[in-house]
Amino acid sequence: MSEETETKYGLLIDYEFCTGCFTCQVACAQEYLRPRDILGMQVIETIQMLPNGKPYLSFIPFPTELCSLCVGRIRKGLEPACVKHCMAKCIKHGPVEDLAKEMKKGRMVLWAPR
Amino acid sequence: MSHSFEKVNQSMSDKDIQILKTTTWSAGPGCHGGCGVLAHLKDGRLVKIEGDPEHPWNQGRLCSRALAITQYVYHPNRLTHPLRRVGERGEGKWEKTSWDEAFDLIERRMKKIRQDFGPESFIFSMGTGRDIGSWICMLAYAYGSPNVMFSLSGIACYSPRMSAVETVQGDYCVIDAGQWLADRYESPKYKTPECIVVWGYDIPASCPDNVFGHWIIDLMKRGARIIAIDPRLSWFASRATKWLRLRPGTDGALAMGFLNVIINEGLYDEEFVEKWTNGHHLIRCDTSRLLRESDLVDSGSRSNFVVWDTESEKPTIWDSHEARYRSANVKPALRGDFEVDLKDGTRVHAKTVWDRFRSEVNKYPLERVAEITLVPEKDVRNAAILYAKSKPASIHWGVPIDMTPAITPTAQAITYLWCLTGNLDVPGGNVISRYAFDAVAYALPGAEGVIKLKSKEVDKKRIGADRYGPLNKFIWRAQTDLVLEQIFTGDPYPIKGMWMQACNPIGGIGLDPKRWEEAIKKLEFVVAVDLFHTPSTQLADIVLPAATFLEKDGVRSWWVPLQTINKVITVAECKPDVEINFELAKRFDPDFRWDTIYDLFDDILKPSGMTFRELQKRGGWALPREGDPSAPYHRFNKGLLRKDRRPGFQTPSGKVELYSSMREEWGLEPLPHYEEPPFTPISQPELAKKYPLILSTGRRSPVYFHSEHRNIPWLRQIHPDPIVEIHPDTARSLGIGSGEWVWVENWLGRCQFKAKVTPVVPEWMVMAEHGWWFPEKEGAEPTLFDVWKSNVNQLIPMGYQGKDGLGAPIKHMLCKVFKVSGGCRP
Repeated sequence: MSEETETKYGLLIDYEFCTGCFTCQVACAQEYLRPRDILGMQVIETIQMLPNGKPYLSFIPFPTELCSLCVGRIRKGLEPACVKHCMAKCIKHGPVEDLAKEMKKGRMVLWAPR
Repeated sequence: MSHSFEKVNQSMSDKDIQILKTTTWSAGPGCHGGCGVLAHLKDGRLVKIEGDPEHPWNQGRLCSRALAITQYVYHPNRLTHPLRRVGERGEGKWEKTSWDEAFDLIERRMKKIRQDFGPESFIFSMGTGRDIGSWICMLAYAYGSPNVMFSLSGIACYSPRMSAVETVQGDYCVIDAGQWLADRYESPKYKTPECIVVWGYDIPASCPDNVFGHWIIDLMKRGARIIAIDPRLSWFASRATKWLRLRPGTDGALAMGFLNVIINEGLYDEEFVEKWTNGHHLIRCDTSRLLRESDLVDSGSRSNFVVWDTESEKPTIWDSHEARYRSANVKPALRGDFEVDLKDGTRVHAKTVWDRFRSEVNKYPLERVAEITLVPEKDVRNAAILYAKSKPASIHWGVPIDMTPAITPTAQAITYLWCLTGNLDVPGGNVISRYAFDAVAYALPGAEGVIKLKSKEVDKKRIGADRYGPLNKFIWRAQTDLVLEQIFTGDPYPIKGMWMQACNPIGGIGLDPKRWEEAIKKLEFVVAVDLFHTPSTQLADIVLPAATFLEKDGVRSWWVPLQTINKVITVAECKPDVEINFELAKRFDPDFRWDTIYDLFDDILKPSGMTFRELQKRGGWALPREGDPSAPYHRFNKGLLRKDRRPGFQTPSGKVELYSSMREEWGLEPLPHYEEPPFTPISQPELAKKYPLILSTGRRSPVYFHSEHRNIPWLRQIHPDPIVEIHPDTARSLGIGSGEWVWVENWLGRCQFKAKVTPVVPEWMVMAEHGWWFPEKEGAEPTLFDVWKSNVNQLIPMGYQGKDGLGAPIKHMLCKVFKVSGGCRP
C-alpha cells in the first residue's frame, strides 16, 4: 500500500467534555511502561476570561511525538489505551476522514499524530 | 508505522497473559471504589490493569490512580514485612519481625492495657471510610472498645450529611445516574435529569460518596443542565448554565434562599407537602415545641403528634407507629393558628409546622441571602427557578457541606429542596440509597450490620455519644475532637493506646497535626497498619504491612451493586486488613463468631441469599430487582422503606420532618437555618485585618487521593508540588508570580506552597491543597517526610465542631500570603 492510499488514522477529541482527569496520560504510560517525564499523551490546561467576566476552563489531551495511535492494540481489535479508559469518553479513534464528518458540534479537535 | 510498539505487544503476547476480574476498593487507587477491573497477570505478577467493559459501574473506564497501580503494588518502598520499633518513638529505627511475633506482641500489650485501664482506653482510628471501616470495627468490638474514631475533626466527611438527612428523611439518598439498573441510562425505567445541581464538588478529581464522578458528564451529554455552586471555577462551574460563586461556608443561607423562592413563588410540590411531610403537625406557641399526644391525655404517647382536623374542628392524633390518624376522614390543617386544651386544663395556642417552617424560610429574603453569600439576588432566584421547574432534577453535593460547624441545618435545608420539588426517589432525581439487598458490608451512619458491639452497656463509654444526639442515634464513632482532648486530660478515663489503620493523622486527616503528634507520643502503645511509611507510622511501636485491593478477598455493598473483591496476586508478606484484624479479633474475643473470613463474608451477604463464592461465580456483582427495598423507585409510597411495610419514612413521625422532632429532643434547633462560621471576615473582623484572605483547602487533584500517591512516579510527574491558587489581581498586589514559593500563614501556623496564579479563585480567597508530605524525604522526626513544610492543616484548629458534634471550619479559615524568597517577610 502506498503512502497516498494508506488510510490516515487520528484521534477526535471533544474538549467540551474533557475534564482534565489525566487518565489518558497515565493509561499511555502504563501501556508502554514509559519512564517518568516521557509522555505519549499530555493534558494541557487553558483558562480564558470571557467578555462576561466568567472564565472558561478547558483541558486538551495532546498526543505527543511518541503517540503511535496504539497500532499494536488496534491490530488486536482493541481501542487505543487512552480512548479505552477516558473517563469522559471524549476521545475517539478512527480514520481521519470519518472523524472529520463527526465534527458537527463545536469545541472539538482532530489530531493526526505522526 | 513504527515497529517498536509491536515488540511491546509481542513481549506481552496474549497467551502468556492471564486476565482476572475484580473490584476496586481502597488501597491502590485509595478511593471509595466500585470500579470493575481486569487485572493482567504474567507468571503471577501484575503487569497491567484495565477497566472492565462489562461492569455497569465504570463501563470500561478507569482513573489515573488505578492505571498507575503497577507502580504502587511493586513500589520499592512498600512495606513488605511487619516492623518493630527499636529506637525511640519517632527515631525511624525499625527491625523486621515475623507476623507471629508481631501478633503475639500486639496481643500481649493490648491485653495488658485492657486489663489495667479497660478496653475503652484503646482508640481505633481510621481515615476516610473505606472497606477498612468494617474491619476496624470488628477488631475494636472484639477487643471490647466502642471507641472507633474517624480521625477528622467533627467527623466532617459524609457522616454528618448522612446523619442530617436520616434525621429528617429516615433514609439517605443520592443522585440517580441509573446505577441501580444494569443497562443504566438505556433503561426504560430511567430518566435523565433535566438539571443537576452540583453543590461544592469538582469532577476531574473525584468519585466521592460512592458516585462515579463522570456519570454526571454522561448525563450532561444526554442533555442535563448544570447549576454549579462553588466559590472556585470548577470544571462544572465553567460548563454550568448557572454558576453561583458563593462565599465559602454560606451554603446554608443559599439553600434557605432557594427554599424561599420555591415556596413563595409556588414552585413546590403541594401533594408531597400534604401527604408526606409533617407540615400539619402542631407546635405549641407557649413552649415552641411540638404538641404531642402526651400533652393532651395522660395515657398519650410522646411519639405521637397532633394535627387540627378541619372537619371535626378539633385536634386529632397522628399515630406515628401506625403511620395514620387515630380517626377516620381527617382533613388536617396545613396552615393556621389553633387553640388546644391540654390535659391539665390549660388552653394553648398552636401553629402548624408548615407555618413555622415558612416563617423561618421568610427570614431569608434574597437581598439578605445575597449579602451573606455574595451571590447576586437574581442569580439565586434564577437558579432556584431552574432547579424547581426541571423535572426531574437532582442535587449532588460534596464534602464542603460537612466542612462547616453548622453542617446539619445546612444539609437539612438542602434535603428539603429535593423533597419539596417532588424529586425524592423518582427516576433521575435523588434516590433513596440503601445497601444492595440490605447487606451491610460497611455500616455507615444509621446502618447496622453483622459486626456490632456486644452490648449497649459497652457503648455507653463511647466518647461523645452521651453529649451529641447524632452520635447516639446514627454515627457509631467516637467524637474526634473530644478524643484528642481526652488523650491530654484523661477525663473521664485515660486513653492509653491507638490502632491506626489506613489513617494518617499527621500528614493527612488530622487538623492541628502538631497536637496529634504530641498526643500520639503520649500513648503507651501504638500500632500502625499501612502500605507505606507515612509521617504517622513513624510514631508507632509496630507497623504492619497491608495489602492493596488486588491482594485481598472482600465484599462491597455501597450502595450498589453488591460486589466481591477477588484476590488476584500476593505481594511479599503483605496481608489484607481484614485478615490482620480477623486474626487479632479471634485472640481478643473468645466468643468471636466466625471461623474464617469467608464465614464472615457469607454472614454479611446473607440478606442477598448468596454466599461469597456464589456471588463470585455470578461474575462478582449483582443488582437488587424492583420490589426489593434496596431498589428504586417510589418506595415511600409503596411501603418499602419502613420495617412494618407501611407507606412513609423511617423517621420518628413516619413523615419527612420539616421541623425535626429528633433535633427538638436533642435540644437543638429543629428548623434549617444559617449560622456564620467561626473564622470569617464577618465573624472575625479584627483577625481579618491581619489575615485578609479567605483560606479554603481541600480541592482535589485527579492523581492523588488525599495524602496518598505522592510516591507514584506516573502520578507525581503530573502534580509535582503543593499548590496554592491565587487570583491574578491578588497575586499582582502581593508581588507574587506563578510558580513562586509563598508562605500561607495565619495565627495558628504557616506553610509553603507553590503559587498558581489563576482566575479560578476569586480575588478574596486562596485555595491551598491538603494532604502534602514528601515521601522522598527523611522519615524520622523531626522532619517526618517534611510534613511540616506544606501541611495546610497546621492553619486549622481542632475543637470547633458544631453544636451536634459534627462539622469543622475546614473550607473557610483566614490567612495572609507572601513570598518565601530571601526569607524576608512583608
